Amino acid sequence: MVAVKGNIEQQQEQESQREEYRLLVESVKPQHNVLKNCVMAFLVGGTICVIGQLFLDFFISQGMGEREAAAVTAGTMVFLGAFLTGIGVYDQIGKIGGAGSIIPITGFANSIVAPAMEFKREGFLFGVGAKLFTVAGPVLVYGIITSCLVGIIYYLLQ
Amino acid sequence: MLKILLAFVVGGLICVVGQLLMDLTRSSITPAHILVGFVTGGVLLSALGLYQPLVDLAGAGATIPLSGFGHSLAQGAIKAVEEKGLLGAFSGGIESTAVGVAAAVTFGYAFAVLFNPRS
Repeated sequence: MVAVKGNIEQQQEQESQREEYRLLVESVKPQHNVLKNCVMAFLVGGTICVIGQLFLDFFISQGMGEREAAAVTAGTMVFLGAFLTGIGVYDQIGKIGGAGSIIPITGFANSIVAPAMEFKREGFLFGVGAKLFTVAGPVLVYGIITSCLVGIIYYLLQ
Repeated sequence: MLKILLAFVVGGLICVVGQLLMDLTRSSITPAHILVGFVTGGVLLSALGLYQPLVDLAGAGATIPLSGFGHSLAQGAIKAVEEKGLLGAFSGGIESTAVGVAAAVTFGYAFAVLFNPRS
């Protein structure tokens, strides 16, 4: 009888410890503030697109065709993204903007420069040369494969 | 002015979609997954004719997010197929994104060599 009682007490104690542990984990776990993150992503992403639009309008006003101007705008934004990553500013934008700094093409440039810079000490071939494509590699692989498939399907449906 | 506002709103909303994907799904979803997903998604939406209206509406708001890179890949492939047949399926995508990719590699390399990481 005494043994059974002791068992129950032990179980209760274990349960309360588990509960305490759960509360501790909850309090330490980083809280995603989804709404705030989304507002910041909207503002930062929107602002980057506005900068792109200003360049696009400028290049069109210089007499470029629409497609050509869009390509040059992409190149310009890539330049800015790569430069800001180099001087350490894009990391700060990333902390504020989350996906708003990742999804624009400047974020693509960031994903190219950051690992290449980080792994420079591993040499210019397997450090810089290879790490440039840490994220850009998968992006180009899946983008190009999908676009080839789209082209083939379009050819067959023609 | 309206064009600027539309670029801001549409570009911002596309980024919100990415933020929601990051916050509301498993933590194993990294920025790399998001970028690959947006490019591939952009190619597919463009092929279905759903992305061009967004570009007409919002300009850079639709072309600057990486889904616009996918749109450029898909439209390049489709246009090249119309001009050159099957060969175009393989050449068009890369041709139409050549400026962006070459700029990314060249400037990316230059700034990675020139600068050192903070901290």
